[in-house]
Amino acid sequence: MDFLIFKAPILMVQATVDGALLGILFALIAYGMALQWGVMNIINIAQGELVILGGYIAYFMYSIGIHPGFGVIVSPIIMYFVGWGLYKSIINRVVDRDLFTSILATFGISILTQQLMNFLFGADVVVAQSDFGTTIMLDGSVTLPNAKIFSAAVSVLFAIALVLYMKKSRLGRAIRATAQNPRAAKILGVDTERVYAATFGINAALCGVAGALIAITFTLHPYVGLPYTVRSFMIVIIAGLGNLPGVALSGMGLGVFEEFADYILGTEFRIGSVFLLLVLILVFRRFKLSRKRQYLQ
Amino acid sequence: MDKILEITGVYKYFGGVKANQDISLSVQQGSIVGLIGPNGSGKTTLFNSIVGTHPIDKGSIRFEGDEVSDLPVPVIAKRGLLRTFQQTRIYGNLNCVQNLLISHKPHSHNIFSIFSKLPKALTEKAEKHLEFVGLYQKRRLKARDLSFGQQKLLELAMALMNEPKMLLLDEPTAGINPTLINGIIDRLIKSNHEFGITLLVIEHNMKVIMKLAQNIFCLAHGQLLAQGTADEIRNDQRVIDAYLGAQ
Amino acid sequence: MNGRNLLLYGGLLIFVLSAPHLFPAFKLQFSFLWVLIILALTWDVQGGQMGYNTFGNILFFGVGMYLCASIQIGLFFPLAEWTAGGGEKTFIHTSDQYFQGLLVGLLCAGIVPMIVAGVIGYGILGLRGHYFAICTLGLGIAAGEIAGGIELIGAGQGMTTPPWPKNIGDTEFRSEFFYYLCLALLTGTFLFLRWAYQTRFGLTLNAIRDNEDKAEAMGIPTMRYKIAGWMISAFFVGIAGGLMGNMIGYIEPTEVAFAGSTFGVFMVLMAILGGKGTLWGPVIGATIFHVFKEGFWTFFLGWQYVALGLLIVVIVVYFPQGLMGWFRESYPARFGEVVDEADRAASIELPK
Repeated sequence: MDFLIFKAPILMVQATVDGALLGILFALIAYGMALQWGVMNIINIAQGELVILGGYIAYFMYSIGIHPGFGVIVSPIIMYFVGWGLYKSIINRVVDRDLFTSILATFGISILTQQLMNFLFGADVVVAQSDFGTTIMLDGSVTLPNAKIFSAAVSVLFAIALVLYMKKSRLGRAIRATAQNPRAAKILGVDTERVYAATFGINAALCGVAGALIAITFTLHPYVGLPYTVRSFMIVIIAGLGNLPGVALSGMGLGVFEEFADYILGTEFRIGSVFLLLVLILVFRRFKLSRKRQYLQ
Repeated sequence: MDKILEITGVYKYFGGVKANQDISLSVQQGSIVGLIGPNGSGKTTLFNSIVGTHPIDKGSIRFEGDEVSDLPVPVIAKRGLLRTFQQTRIYGNLNCVQNLLISHKPHSHNIFSIFSKLPKALTEKAEKHLEFVGLYQKRRLKARDLSFGQQKLLELAMALMNEPKMLLLDEPTAGINPTLINGIIDRLIKSNHEFGITLLVIEHNMKVIMKLAQNIFCLAHGQLLAQGTADEIRNDQRVIDAYLGAQ
Repeated sequence: MNGRNLLLYGGLLIFVLSAPHLFPAFKLQFSFLWVLIILALTWDVQGGQMGYNTFGNILFFGVGMYLCASIQIGLFFPLAEWTAGGGEKTFIHTSDQYFQGLLVGLLCAGIVPMIVAGVIGYGILGLRGHYFAICTLGLGIAAGEIAGGIELIGAGQGMTTPPWPKNIGDTEFRSEFFYYLCLALLTGTFLFLRWAYQTRFGLTLNAIRDNEDKAEAMGIPTMRYKIAGWMISAFFVGIAGGLMGNMIGYIEPTEVAFAGSTFGVFMVLMAILGGKGTLWGPVIGATIFHVFKEGFWTFFLGWQYVALGLLIVVIVVYFPQGLMGWFRESYPARFGEVVDEADRAASIELPK
């Protein structure tokens, strides 16, 4: 326990700003999860690994001398095809099975991806330097790396672009129709197989963007994917499926929570507190619902 | 005769949908009562409210004089108020006998009864009940292998095995081979007479409900429209209008 | 018990009792196998019999492991100094202290996780389906992360368990001792579950799996059964954890104790491979899995986890019913299921 944050309240401003910027990134990943959950009824445990894989693509560009900022364009394109390939090889076989099958199958994908990333990029913690500089606010008591501002801005841009795409485009409308009623959509001529593949691809592309942003703002490591999965799951169950402002808000809330937990409990309990929060939120919701004689569905 | 079930002023909303509004009805101990109404008139919602599947927004539900509207489902069931479902709910991977064994109500669920073997006599009782609903020959089949109508019969047997005081039946003859319907009516009347189970039956088949019920309530648009004997209901203009869609 | 069963159980008993003398080099491997079977069997109480797919049983494994070691040490020496570094060199357990500590430690390693399961069970077992799965996943990982932050039990570096006292025999004797201890626990677990599945408890778990809403509507207090099931699992898993910690000799928070990506996944996989919801399925699944793992792991040279990931995907996608499930579908008569086409085709009559 460290109460520095209460002795120096300015740190609260720092933690809040850091957390909110970080949270926007979480929200982007969560939006991808909500998309595939809503459309395909799949909970993807490998979500975090897709993020980290996207990050390594940006890191690879950085290591061969390209500015990692371009990763936000390259990474989603590659990741779209990774997601599409994953769907065609594995996910399409678990889509209409029960949720636990998809959880376990994607868990297998997650273990596999971790190890492959370990082989390809090594087990060291890496970071892609963006050299964006730092913004200093409030007389130097709050510092903000420009990379974080960049990442939040890019996340918002991508989220808006996706929402517009879902509203306006043919495929976007097909995806939304399939989410509401796959059977009806199929009868009316929607190629649901293609919709599913595209949905999984779009989700992977979102993860790619988020990963590239994480590569320049934070650190990458083959085994840190699972916390991102859990964060996005948590954000989705708080905000609900298909509620973008809610996803953004609860993402930022989670980011701020983490920063405060980091300051107060210490960095060693940061990830632990995220997982514990997940358990507490679920149990809290369960008791709230059981008073209405219902359960989480 | 005592009132076994007494419902007064029950309201249930789902968002803006008024599923039940100010419904008051009572069921006499030992009687067979019908509940009819067009689709979407709130019959199944009322059933759910009675057995505690969801909370009610206003009103009171009394079973044997005690308020039950705030009790959880298993507690209400344990008091002897049971229901069957419109879409059958059975334990698909267990065979018919096991389905009945598990439906038997032990005196309590303490650590000793949880970890006690089920007595042989119970199996005999289960087989007797299966015979009662005509499923004896299928007793060793898995419940999920039965047809929909057979599952309905199994569900009825399960309910009888539980020895309830009152049983709410949600369309007991829907999906059942028409040649069996008279047999089912006979079984329901028998369980009412011989086992003393009060019945509240939702039914769309007018012939069935007229034969079965001494007293009938009719719902429409979430409200109680009419009540009376089979003959009174049959000739009630409001009921006919409700079914034919006139306002 | 009929003749064939008697032969089966008798043969198995003779084999497992004599195994350490027949294959002395594999004593430790067999002991690990017994622990794995315990994990698969107890996972199946939730995952197979009750339909609650838990990733959280690893919590009890880790709690049991840490608790047992801490008690073994803390009973006689200051725990903080032991874990601060080199404790096993400064403090030496006499053989009396060692066995007393182990006995008390193992008992607590069973009872405390059982109580933990009872307390958190009320909150967590109210969740259903994937919410339950993800919640228990979070629970196991949170426990590992938190244990990695607690200085008293060695934080991220972990802690050593008391070494085998030198004056009562060599490491061969130690392996044999733990072999029989694991075997005894496995036998206890198996017989207990075998008995429990024949009681109302077993039937109710199956009813919850098939349709929990119906079970509630029929007046069964399902929560009581769910908690009872989890407490049973926690008890045996906790002791298994305590034994495992002592066999490995070293406890690390996320790789050994709360090892979600190894033991935590293994138990699910083994039960599914062998056949969920059967008594022998987890036993067979764990055995095949262990043989495969130990036999082929070395060939993969670093690709083990790729192989594990693939194995999970393949089993879940192509073989979800497991070996026993497959046997059961192919030879239902062997499992006491009577299939009579006449029964199936029979029409129902309801004479007045």
